[in-house]
Amino acid sequence: MVERDIVVVGAGPAGLAAAIEAAKLGAKSVLVVDLNMKAGGQLFKQIHKFFGSSAHGSGVRGIDIGAQMLADAQKYGVEIWLNSAAVGIYGGKVVSIEKNTENKTPVLTNVVAKKIVIAVGASENVIRFKGWTKPGVMGAGAAQTMINVNRVRPGKRIVMLGSGNVGLIVSYQLMQAGCEVVALVEALPGVGGYGVHASKIKRAGVPIYTKHTIIEAKGGDRVEAVVIAEIDKNFAPIAGTEKTLEADTITLAAGLKPISDLVRLSEAELVFDGVLGGWIPKHDRNMETTASGIYVAGDATGVEEANTALEEGKLAGVAAAESLGLVSESEAGKLKGEIWYRLDGLRMGPFGEKRMKAKAAQIASFPGVGA
Amino acid sequence: MSLNYDDDMFVCRCEEVTVGEVRQAISDGAIDVVGVKRRTRAGMGLCQGRTCERLVQQILAQELGKSPAEVGSSSVRPPVRPITFGALAGGDF
Repeated sequence: MVERDIVVVGAGPAGLAAAIEAAKLGAKSVLVVDLNMKAGGQLFKQIHKFFGSSAHGSGVRGIDIGAQMLADAQKYGVEIWLNSAAVGIYGGKVVSIEKNTENKTPVLTNVVAKKIVIAVGASENVIRFKGWTKPGVMGAGAAQTMINVNRVRPGKRIVMLGSGNVGLIVSYQLMQAGCEVVALVEALPGVGGYGVHASKIKRAGVPIYTKHTIIEAKGGDRVEAVVIAEIDKNFAPIAGTEKTLEADTITLAAGLKPISDLVRLSEAELVFDGVLGGWIPKHDRNMETTASGIYVAGDATGVEEANTALEEGKLAGVAAAESLGLVSESEAGKLKGEIWYRLDGLRMGPFGEKRMKAKAAQIASFPGVGA
Repeated sequence: MSLNYDDDMFVCRCEEVTVGEVRQAISDGAIDVVGVKRRTRAGMGLCQGRTCERLVQQILAQELGKSPAEVGSSSVRPPVRPITFGALAGGDF
């Protein structure tokens, strides 16, 4: 039986931050498992510069933050198992891991952990329309992985559905990768993401169809044309407004859903919040769930962005180290206070405020915290 | 976004379950995601509902006039990711 002080599931910004923070504070054996072939999660897809305050690496690219985190993880002795999938959590302390799934003979290993951090991120939402199961229809995040990580173009002519920041940024990056973005389609009356990203798209001459949706992906074995139409207030297509666009790829930027399977297996309680992406684990200000010793961080506990994921990870790392007796209550309190100050700062402004309220409600839902 | 889905449209790709089959399951008495899953296999395939769960929730909410929270979500059992029998058999237990 393999034993570790802390097992972190997911090597994205949240998981790496949790591991680094705990190791920094003296956790002897910190293991991070990730099913991908490279650590860093979404950071290595983010070739653009981040916004925000200087304390949060504004002006720094996600890939550079990722490289720094990998260097820190190594410096503090964090062990990382790649190509390894956590497939179960039992009794609140055993993590079942299929180690090295790239290997011809993967081995199932059960690791007994004193503390567990679940930082598994989120999955992309899908929008249905006629023909949505045809090859050529994919998530915008998947397309971003293809161009920025695997260096493969998903297609030649792209229709992007959704004009939030993901839709806008990935559209621009698809153009940088040499694809033609034929159109952006948005159901709402206005563009969802930041104006600065939308301007880049508009300057490149890409039409943005607001109050429109995709009603059909046409083609034989794959997408060959995309039918869009204007929609009314109830999101129903208006007959006679259909347009057919020649395209071979449809990318869906329709938001993300927190991945909650391991949280559910831990028998931690969940709460529903539409703003944060659906079902999310209840947690306290230490990021600990109602399953004692099991912490959560990042998109898995409510969809936000890389910087908040990173800070939540640090919070979980400090709290886990504290509960292992590695750091005094006063020292941990000071560190957590600083992290919360930065988290609150990240949850301000027109985009942040809703998330701030939703996260406060999530913490209030934790037994004993609310009213 | 459109709520006027044709019955022949796929909801669950892994198990090839259509909108019509989900609607049938609801008229047969399914009131939540687990009820639809048991009747149709939607969410029982390779991706374990990662793609279709949200779509099943939408149809349930629409057909039953419920909120997304009321229609629940799928139950979870290990392994949460597909693994080989070899890994299971050679596992360190």
